[in-house]
Amino acid sequence: MTEATTTTPLPSPLLDRHERLGAKIVEFAGWLMPIQYAGILEEHRAVRSAAGLFDLSHMGELVVEGPDAGAALAAALVTDPPALAVGRAQYSMICADDGGIMDDLIVYRLAEDRFMVVANASNARVVSDALAERMEGFQAVLDDRSLATGLVAIQGPRSIDILGPLTSLDIGAIRYYGIAEGVVAGMPVQVARTGYTGEDGFELFADVDRVGELWDTLLEAGRPHGQVPVGLGARDTLRLEAGMPLYGNELDASTNPFEAGLGRVVKLSKPGDFVGRAALERVVRDGVGRQLIGLEMRDRGIARHGYPVLAPASADAPAGPVGSVTSGTMSPTLGTAIAMAYARPVDAGPGTMLAVEIRGVPVAAEVVPLPFYKRPA
Amino acid sequence: MVPDDLRFTKEHEWVRVEGDEAIVGITQYAADQLGDIVFVELPAVGKVLEQYATFGVVESVKAVSDLFAPVAGEVVGVNDALADKPELVNGEPFGDGWMVRVRLADAAQVEGLLDAAGYERIVAEG
Repeated sequence: MTEATTTTPLPSPLLDRHERLGAKIVEFAGWLMPIQYAGILEEHRAVRSAAGLFDLSHMGELVVEGPDAGAALAAALVTDPPALAVGRAQYSMICADDGGIMDDLIVYRLAEDRFMVVANASNARVVSDALAERMEGFQAVLDDRSLATGLVAIQGPRSIDILGPLTSLDIGAIRYYGIAEGVVAGMPVQVARTGYTGEDGFELFADVDRVGELWDTLLEAGRPHGQVPVGLGARDTLRLEAGMPLYGNELDASTNPFEAGLGRVVKLSKPGDFVGRAALERVVRDGVGRQLIGLEMRDRGIARHGYPVLAPASADAPAGPVGSVTSGTMSPTLGTAIAMAYARPVDAGPGTMLAVEIRGVPVAAEVVPLPFYKRPA
Repeated sequence: MVPDDLRFTKEHEWVRVEGDEAIVGITQYAADQLGDIVFVELPAVGKVLEQYATFGVVESVKAVSDLFAPVAGEVVGVNDALADKPELVNGEPFGDGWMVRVRLADAAQVEGLLDAAGYERIVAEG
C-alpha cells in the first residue's frame, strides 16, 4: 500500500521502452511503472528458470558521506553500518522511537566514508527527511540521489552468464550482498549482488540519463538466454515465494522488527544509542504479541491481504480470529496458494492448522516455515 | 472480434442460448484485462442465480473479481475443468473456458443483453 498522492506521478526513465515492449503501466508509489509485459506467470517462471530484467528506477538512493557517515547511520538505523567492510552491504531498517518500522533498507558501503542507503519508493521521502534530522551534529552530508539514479536488476540463474560478458568486472567474485564499481555497457555502474526474488542476481545503479542504454544492452544480451523483462506483478509473487517482506504489507509503522521475524537484523549489541533502541529492548524483554507466519492453503481458495486468520478452539480461547493475512497469492512455482500473515505466537509452529476466512467461509491453511521457496543449491 | 451468436453484459460476461438453457462465461477482453487466471470459484449445481447478482469469483495472480449472472436461472452444470485448469479462461474464454450452464428462468432477459456490436462498442469506449 502506497501513500495517497495527489501530485502527478513521475515517469520511470524507461517508461517509453516499457510502452514499446507492450507493458501494462500502473501508478505505483508515485511513479509510472510496468506491472507486467507478457504476463505475470510467464515472467515469474522466466526468473526462476533463466533470468528476468527489472526496472527499479523508482527506488530511493540516499548517499551519506563524511568522516562520521558510519556513526550517523548507526545512530539512525537498527543495524551497525560501521561494521561493514567497503564493498559490502546489509539489510537494515529505520525505526521510529516506538520501535515501529518506518522502512526496510539496504545499506551499501561504497567507500570508507561513503554509504548508499536504498529505500522503498513509497518511503524515500520519509527516510530522507528522517536521516537528515538524525544526522544533525554528525560530520556527514546526505545527498538524495533518487532522481539522478536509474536502477535495473537482472535476476535468475542465467544472470551471471548474461552480465559477465558485458563488463570487465569479475562479477563472479562479487559475493552475495557485495557491491563493486565498474564499467558495464560502456558506462560507470555500481554492481550489487542483491535482489528481491530469491534467485541469484545483480542490481545495477547507473546515471539516470544513461540507464536506457544499460537497459537496452541487457535486454538484448539476455534474450538468447531466455531472459524477459519483468514487471512489478511478478516481482511481488517472486518476493512472496522467497518469504521476503513488503513494506505496507508485512511491515509498517505499527509493526516492530521482532514481530516481523527480523529480530536478527536489529543489532542491540552495537555501541551507542539509536532511534528505537529503548522500545526494541523492551520488546526483547517482554516478547511479542504477534508473529509473522507462512501459510499454505490446504483447501481451495487464495488468501489475500486483509483476510482474517482463524484458529480452532483451544483450552485458552474459543475458535475465532487470531490475526490477518498480509500477502497472499497462488504460488507459480509451488502450484499451491501461499500467504504470509500475522498470528499469535502460539499459532506460529509449523504444522499448526489454522484457517483463512475467504468471502465469509473458513478455508483450511497450514503453518509452514518461511521461505516458501529456496533456490536449488 | 467477439462471436456474433452470443449476448453480453457491460461487465464482460457472455451468454450462449441452447434451447431453454444458457451457457455463461467471460469475454476474451475480460480475461486479457485480468491477466493470468489462477482460480475460479463457481456455484454448486442447483443454486438459483439472480440476474446481475454475483455468482462466483475469478482470481488472477494479482486481483479478485466478482462474476455477475447475465441471466436468472438454476445452475444445471458447472465447468469442473476450471478447478484444475483455470487458465482455460484465458486460452478459450468462449469455448472450454465456459463457467456455468443455467436453465433460463425468463428467456426474455436474453433479449435485454447487448449484442456483439453493442458489446464491441463498449469495449472500444474503454
